Amino acid sequence: MGKIIFKTLSVLCLMLAMASVTVAAEPIKVGALFSVTGPASFLGEPERNTAVMVVDKINKAGGIKGRKVSLIVYDTQGDATKAVQAATRLIKDDKVVAIIGPSTTGDTMAVIPIVEKEGIPMISCAAGIKITDPAKKWVFKTAQNDNLAVQRIYEYLKTQGIKRVALLTVSDSFGSSGREQLKGLAKSYGVDIAADETYGPKDTDMTAQLTKIRGSEAKAIICWGTNPGPAIVARNVKQLGITLPLIMSHGVSSKKFIELAGDASAGIIIPSGHVIVADQLPGSDPQKKALMSYVKEYQARYKAEGDHFGGHAWDAMTLVKMALERGAATPAAIRAQLEKTRNYNGIGGIFNFSPTDHAGLTKDAFVMVTIKNGDWVLIKDKKAGGKAGAKK
Amino acid sequence: MASSDQILQYCLSGLSTGAIYALIGIGFAIIYNSTGIINFAQGEFVMLGGMLTVFFLSVAVLPLPAAVTAAVLVATLVGVIFERLAIRPLKDAQPITLIIITIGGSILIRGIVMLVWGKDTHALPAFSGNEPLFVGGATILPQHLWIFVITVLIIAANRLYFHHSISGKAMRACSYNARASRLVGIDVKRMVLFSFAISAAMGSMAGIIIAPLTMTSYDVGVMLGLKGFCAAIIGGMSSGIGTVFGGLIVGVLESLGAGLVSSGYKDAIAFFILLIILFLRPQGLFRKGETERV
Amino acid sequence: MKRELLKFLLFAIVVSVVPAFVSGGYLLNVLVFVGIFTMLAVALNLLLGFAGQISLGQAAFYGLGAYMSGVLTASHGMNPWVAMLIGAGAVGLLTFVLGFPILRLKGHSLAMATLGLGIIVYIFFNETVDVTGGPSGLSGIPNLTVGSFVFDSDLKNYYLIWGFALLAILLAVNLTNSRIGRALKAIHQSEVAARVLGVDVHLLKVEIFTISGVLSAIAGSLYAHTVMFISPTSFGFNVSIELLTMVIIGGLGSIYGSVLGAALLTLLPELLRTFQDYDIIVYGLLLILMTMFMPGGLVRGIPDAAVALYGKLKGGGADVER
Repeated sequence: MGKIIFKTLSVLCLMLAMASVTVAAEPIKVGALFSVTGPASFLGEPERNTAVMVVDKINKAGGIKGRKVSLIVYDTQGDATKAVQAATRLIKDDKVVAIIGPSTTGDTMAVIPIVEKEGIPMISCAAGIKITDPAKKWVFKTAQNDNLAVQRIYEYLKTQGIKRVALLTVSDSFGSSGREQLKGLAKSYGVDIAADETYGPKDTDMTAQLTKIRGSEAKAIICWGTNPGPAIVARNVKQLGITLPLIMSHGVSSKKFIELAGDASAGIIIPSGHVIVADQLPGSDPQKKALMSYVKEYQARYKAEGDHFGGHAWDAMTLVKMALERGAATPAAIRAQLEKTRNYNGIGGIFNFSPTDHAGLTKDAFVMVTIKNGDWVLIKDKKAGGKAGAKK
Repeated sequence: MASSDQILQYCLSGLSTGAIYALIGIGFAIIYNSTGIINFAQGEFVMLGGMLTVFFLSVAVLPLPAAVTAAVLVATLVGVIFERLAIRPLKDAQPITLIIITIGGSILIRGIVMLVWGKDTHALPAFSGNEPLFVGGATILPQHLWIFVITVLIIAANRLYFHHSISGKAMRACSYNARASRLVGIDVKRMVLFSFAISAAMGSMAGIIIAPLTMTSYDVGVMLGLKGFCAAIIGGMSSGIGTVFGGLIVGVLESLGAGLVSSGYKDAIAFFILLIILFLRPQGLFRKGETERV
Repeated sequence: MKRELLKFLLFAIVVSVVPAFVSGGYLLNVLVFVGIFTMLAVALNLLLGFAGQISLGQAAFYGLGAYMSGVLTASHGMNPWVAMLIGAGAVGLLTFVLGFPILRLKGHSLAMATLGLGIIVYIFFNETVDVTGGPSGLSGIPNLTVGSFVFDSDLKNYYLIWGFALLAILLAVNLTNSRIGRALKAIHQSEVAARVLGVDVHLLKVEIFTISGVLSAIAGSLYAHTVMFISPTSFGFNVSIELLTMVIIGGLGSIYGSVLGAALLTLLPELLRTFQDYDIIVYGLLLILMTMFMPGGLVRGIPDAAVALYGKLKGGGADVER
């Protein structure tokens, strides 16, 4: 009997301890959900770092309309269950006015029912097209939709006269979303998919898939994944002596990929956000200012290269900041202001939100780049093939 | 239809990953045989091997052979410390409790590595270049040769140790019957310590020779550990040739599965065949049936 | 038996009044998940603690339940309750059929087989994109409803899920105190002896495996209808391990221990948040230390520690009868 009372008491104590965490509500509270640890930490970590950096900068400059911004970051570990708990906590306990993140499509889809129900604006940093298609009242996103990258790739292939491709995609949410778009858009660009292979996120050897692809009729290989898988693919391609053009996704657009793939990275082509070639852009490029300051600030603070993914958090936080600066204070007002965002020159592209478009980007958000002498080089857009490309 | 060159390539690729699974699997088997524990931290030794080598190469700027040696030594030390602190103090614990402890250990090791060296993936230079070698119509890398040679050497050394040295024979005795071994004067505790040291060393070596091909990061150990476990089970938890075949079978099945059937289901195929093997021959492919001790 | 019933009633009362002390915020949401994990841990404990059979693939049954419910309701518009029933039935059938060959295995082979099963199922969740939505998950799953009453808030879900969890606990308590339970304990101690005494050991194990699978599947359905979104990562290998940890930490064979284990492991990340990036290390360390110093689990460990402490304070006489 005593045992039970003891148990009950200890559980109750635990609960009281947890419930008594409250903070005075002076600053503007913004919540953030990033997968800082776990399999998607390559997204969450730069995103968290960037968001913290942006908020520090805002506060150093005196805050927004005299109020400081306090960023509350929770780690979802890339697990939908934890994302749901963390989102509930941000909304119910921390009473944030807006949420940036989550990092992955899965986490975002899991959280959407909650923010929709509670009416809190959320700017996701995940790429999945499902997030804002169809548009949901409270949900926005800054990561470029996969289909934009796919359109870029297919346009590029068209200029090269390549009509048959092999797909090699990773079997996680990033890869499967890319695969879906690659297959879905192939027909409208007159592209034929000769092989459709996948690999696991923790696989260590892809020569089997590539051997199969080598035996197919494909004239180019499109690999969709995030480090380290594509680096292994690049090395395996070289090992097998395959000479087909190798095209990858924006998932590898960082120096890290070149470092991992080594010599095998030469000549690989990817669609990428502007950030990795920021210094090669013409001075007239509207995004250049934001890109350069992001790269510089990130380098100064974290001694690392600011990447594409961190850029999503930069954009998300900046969008929230701009909405607040325009006078929004309540979640509903912030949402309304976000929807009115026009021509915001961000890291990911130039954003134009509207009631029917909560992703806000066009395929101009991507440029085609290639790897030469261990660095990213912008492939100059000829525009000729670009406009001719079948649209819809 | 798959050509013979393709089949050859699948087999070669499968054999090289299989060799790694075999090394990891033998590590599982050695600890299992001396303690009855399925050491879920085995994969972390593999990770430690790769990560430590990267560390010694880039931060301590040692030459490759020295870095490899240092990495194996440190990983072995971690194995020994783990046994001393977490396994030895437990007397008469249930095997299931011990499994949980090794899971805790694996989380702990992974966590420490993540904090110290971050979450980035690191590449390790190949031991002798990246120029592909032709074997018939298939290609392999010089690193694959390293993998084959080192695996064979380790297995040979293992066999010598277990069959021709006093402490090796003592360890085998413990695996048959710990109580009887103690009666004839074998220091069973020491043998357990040895088993952790040996399998940590083997695991880390596996991690080092595969890292130039697959890169390494704090979390590579989990999946490799599972595959190694798979190899050991097929091999009937033997610390010798059975597990080697187990590893090669898993590796080749995966590769053939990916090439001939479906790359998405390749792991499912491998595990499905594992289940079939278990149902038909629960004692593993290479071990005679034993009656259970009561 | 009477004592057990009293214990259960007391626990049920505690469960039902807890929301009054929790201000409806985040903690209540966590407690909803504690309920789901309680069901899962109790289910695994039946298998592990009472029948002594390890399963490293428990998340597969949990996931199958969730996906059956999710796919049938979201993609085929079926009534959630019917979907839940079909899910539980299908998993029951699967575990019953698979139980025969799998439970012939022992020790590490059994561990491997259940692990393999878990991985195969996980791969199917990922690869059958047309059905499950693949790695990016399945959304649009409706809440459960009774008439026009919709379980759409944490408070409603709390009572719904804990209602199921309490039923699971009651079932488990009854099972362990029945003839079957005693036979099970006999298996755990010496299978051969049990067999000699005329217990159909194998069938009994298969039955427990099935019950355990069905309970997990129901927990999965409840999860799907509460979160309204499912993706394969919630049903992977690490979840199986987490469940195993809950059972061990709570105490093998102790039903209420499983409740405690589930609560602790669900709340732990919360408590560890002060450690920030170090939390994974603390987590690993806790796991090791708790199993080392409380091998019987919290349910036995805490009273033991309390008794020992009490004994020390009194100065000797540590052997207090419990």
